[in-house]
Amino acid sequence: MTAHPAISTTAPDAGAAQDRPAHIGHPHRRQNALRHLAGRGNFVSDMQLPRMVHAAFLRSPMARARIATLDVEAARSAPGVVAVFTAADLNPLCANWTSNLDHFSGMVSTPQNILAEDETLWAGHPVAMVLARSRAEAEDALEYIELELDELPPVCGVEAALDPGTAPAAPGLSSNLCYRNELRTEGVEAAFASAALVVQADYAFGRHTAVTLEPRAIVADFDPASGQLTVHHGTQTPFQFQDIYARHFGLPDHKVRVVSPDVGGSFGMKLHLYNEEMAAVAATLRLHRPVRFVADRLESFQTDIHAREHHVKARMALDADGMILAMDVDDHAPIGAFSAYPRTSVVEGNQAFRLMGAPYRMREYRGRLNVLFQNKVQTSQYRAVGHPIACAVTETLLDQAAARLEIDPWDIRARNVIPDDAYPCASATGYRFEKLSHQRSLEKLRELMGYDALRTEQAALRGRGVYRGIGLATFVEITNPGAAFYGVGGARISAQDGAVVRLTPGGEVHCAISVTEQGQGTETMIAQVVADQLGVSPDQVKVTTGDTDATPSGGATWACRGAGIGGETALLAGRDLARQILTIAGAVLQADPATLALRRGEVVDAATGAARLPLAEIGRIATYRPDTLPAGVDNSLTVARHFAPSGYPFGFTNGIQAAWVEVDPETGLVRLLKHWVVEDCGRIINPLLVDEQIRGGVVQGLGPALFEECLYDDDGQLLNGSLADYLVPMACEMPDIVIGHVETPTEDTILGAKGVGEAGTAAAGAAVMNAVNDALSPLGARLTQTPMTPARILAALGIGQD
Amino acid sequence: MKVTVEMVVNGEEVAELIEPRMTLADFLRDRLRLTGTHVGCEMGVCGACLVMLDGKPVHGCLVLAVQAAGATVQTIEGLSESGAIADLQAAFHDRNALQCGYCTPGMMMTAHRLLQEQPRPDRTEIRTALSGNYCRCTGYEAIVDAIAATADARAASRAAGGAE
Repeated sequence: MTAHPAISTTAPDAGAAQDRPAHIGHPHRRQNALRHLAGRGNFVSDMQLPRMVHAAFLRSPMARARIATLDVEAARSAPGVVAVFTAADLNPLCANWTSNLDHFSGMVSTPQNILAEDETLWAGHPVAMVLARSRAEAEDALEYIELELDELPPVCGVEAALDPGTAPAAPGLSSNLCYRNELRTEGVEAAFASAALVVQADYAFGRHTAVTLEPRAIVADFDPASGQLTVHHGTQTPFQFQDIYARHFGLPDHKVRVVSPDVGGSFGMKLHLYNEEMAAVAATLRLHRPVRFVADRLESFQTDIHAREHHVKARMALDADGMILAMDVDDHAPIGAFSAYPRTSVVEGNQAFRLMGAPYRMREYRGRLNVLFQNKVQTSQYRAVGHPIACAVTETLLDQAAARLEIDPWDIRARNVIPDDAYPCASATGYRFEKLSHQRSLEKLRELMGYDALRTEQAALRGRGVYRGIGLATFVEITNPGAAFYGVGGARISAQDGAVVRLTPGGEVHCAISVTEQGQGTETMIAQVVADQLGVSPDQVKVTTGDTDATPSGGATWACRGAGIGGETALLAGRDLARQILTIAGAVLQADPATLALRRGEVVDAATGAARLPLAEIGRIATYRPDTLPAGVDNSLTVARHFAPSGYPFGFTNGIQAAWVEVDPETGLVRLLKHWVVEDCGRIINPLLVDEQIRGGVVQGLGPALFEECLYDDDGQLLNGSLADYLVPMACEMPDIVIGHVETPTEDTILGAKGVGEAGTAAAGAAVMNAVNDALSPLGARLTQTPMTPARILAALGIGQD
Repeated sequence: MKVTVEMVVNGEEVAELIEPRMTLADFLRDRLRLTGTHVGCEMGVCGACLVMLDGKPVHGCLVLAVQAAGATVQTIEGLSESGAIADLQAAFHDRNALQCGYCTPGMMMTAHRLLQEQPRPDRTEIRTALSGNYCRCTGYEAIVDAIAATADARAASRAAGGAE
């Protein structure tokens, strides 16, 4: 076992080392991992409460239908049944939700409520809710509900949605257009007219979904005696749901407590509002007893948000030297029958069409985005929102151009990336970049992967009929969002976070913070940051997250904001507490606090490092003998701080990925041989955790590139709603992933950290698409559709039919 | 109609009155409250519900509790308390071979069984052995590393004449 010193790695005593990071940057292990390894996780799906009832839902089997008959009487007397609810029972308890953001001008979406009232809008739309002593009995009782539906023609796919003759996907809509936007720089036509080369392609990106191993889970419990609603909810964003439950059910928010204990994967999927969770809350308000809903796997496929269905036509204009002059992108992004709440289903397309060409010195751009309604389950934000689409389109067009101009793929990127000394600057689509490191990252990747040797090996193998390919993909990632993301659009989604840090009476440290943990290591990273402000070991810092009653309010964990925003919040709170401890210590020691410092769990003389007073003594005096402090000295050992990002609206990060693959032209199978990532997330707080975020993210990007797709028939029926039919990446198919770092800290914060959680997913698919196409290039085949299944590869090779 | 089922779980004799359709995974989780065994796909694909039934890993979601009547079952809780996988757990901790932790008990079962059957697996063999364990968080490499490190350490211990 690797030994990690318990206390000894605080800053050395020499010089002005007081604020020098000692644990920031160390691969500190996760304390909370030990519980999981012992089978002592605490997931919402594990919870049992006294008198708890289990929910099951009757769902529309049709993608679009009018409810003709709904009779639940027989189900009420089925064994074990406690209650059966329809829209008439539950919807009046809940204010409608309507998805919108003011800065998406012209966006439309219709009001929604818990259970379908007159019409069902997707196959899986809940119509009735049964509550029983067990989930099995609740499911049995569903069989007794009489539901007759008049099938209506569903809207499925882009062509149908754009056809003015197609009835809208939901009542109240005038068309199937949710949102349209166009970005255009002045010189885009001239750039295309003057180009030495224009490359173009049509892309189809398959709809896929998060497939968290723990499905969505909620236990809602209303106590009418106290008026308190307690919701244990497997989510990333407890405060967002506290606000939603309070507002939509008419409760004061301090009477709503949302607790998110261990969460078995989230990836953005568990921060959206779902009918079933709202139903659980409504049901406990009716029944006055705990209501549990845990999705089974089929329900997960039918009702979890899906993501990233895009149909893109794109062109890239280049000069004779391979410099990108412009891109012209037309993206049709079909979502569900309404936009997801509270973040909208538009953000995905908005980021996809704004991130096109983002790593490069591209001056001119035209992008058109059409977000369309259809009768499938809602789509919305999922890890790396929009990034994989922008990256795949940009990077595959660039490889096409490189081939046509006979420029090496690495060279064409080196020519085009924004130079490291050109910052600050902005993209053609208006994103502002503080400081990125594309050139250094490219150089580092070349060295890391042995690019030249790999090209030599590839050529030699080709001579023997082995088709291997190298794919590169440069990317930028949006992290650390401020209020520009949602707040300015009127959404009640916090851009700020809060922390309460205190010294315990025993001289240890507790930090309660609004950012949340889903296994990425948030609590460990926060402990490291706090430890360095107080001169203690991270193991001396207990971190509490995921409870709206126990932590200050904040945005929590999404869009890669945990380290950059949560970390800075913890840093500021830690520094405030350090000042307070030193003030008390100065009073006790009759010394100027400026001559004291915190190191090794003690108050020390700042100049010599000599021990003056253990922290435990500060805790004891301030707690039990405040009477011994000089008059006027504040004995508080608890501080609270909130932090909202300012400066740049987003903290962009950058990196480059490379894939090394082998394609078997006889079977169409792709073997992933190796993958490399060089990434710059600013200050690295914990390299062990950062690398795991990158690796997991890469694999989550490789899945939809090769395997994952939610398949529908023409009637809007999901065809592969199980883990036997929907293919996820498994260990035997995944490559080893080599990671390198460049560190360019943001100057917007003291900590300097940016996000990293979505970097892997952003570019992995693009890299592997370029690699597959590189492997197939001698055979004249090229793919622009994901997932790149064996059947599609064979079809591209002219073998069989897709 | 309910039936009484008796078995030995983690060394403890248990008897419960259950519906015959109850799976072993639900029996362990809901009746015995051994919630370390997880349920992910309910069709034997994801490996989250793996437990040892008479010493061999089975999917708790595919075995009915009545089928385990009279048998000996070991869950992650029992395996952990026994100390049999302490080195494996330590290697997973060192390598951060888990994130959300939901797949981890199943990973432990697979890794434990693999190292019993094949003490020195190579990386490909480890990846193949894990082909029935789905993890959405880690990308698998750290899990492979942790199992390989455990195999190496056990081999070194054997070579040094130490007890495993």
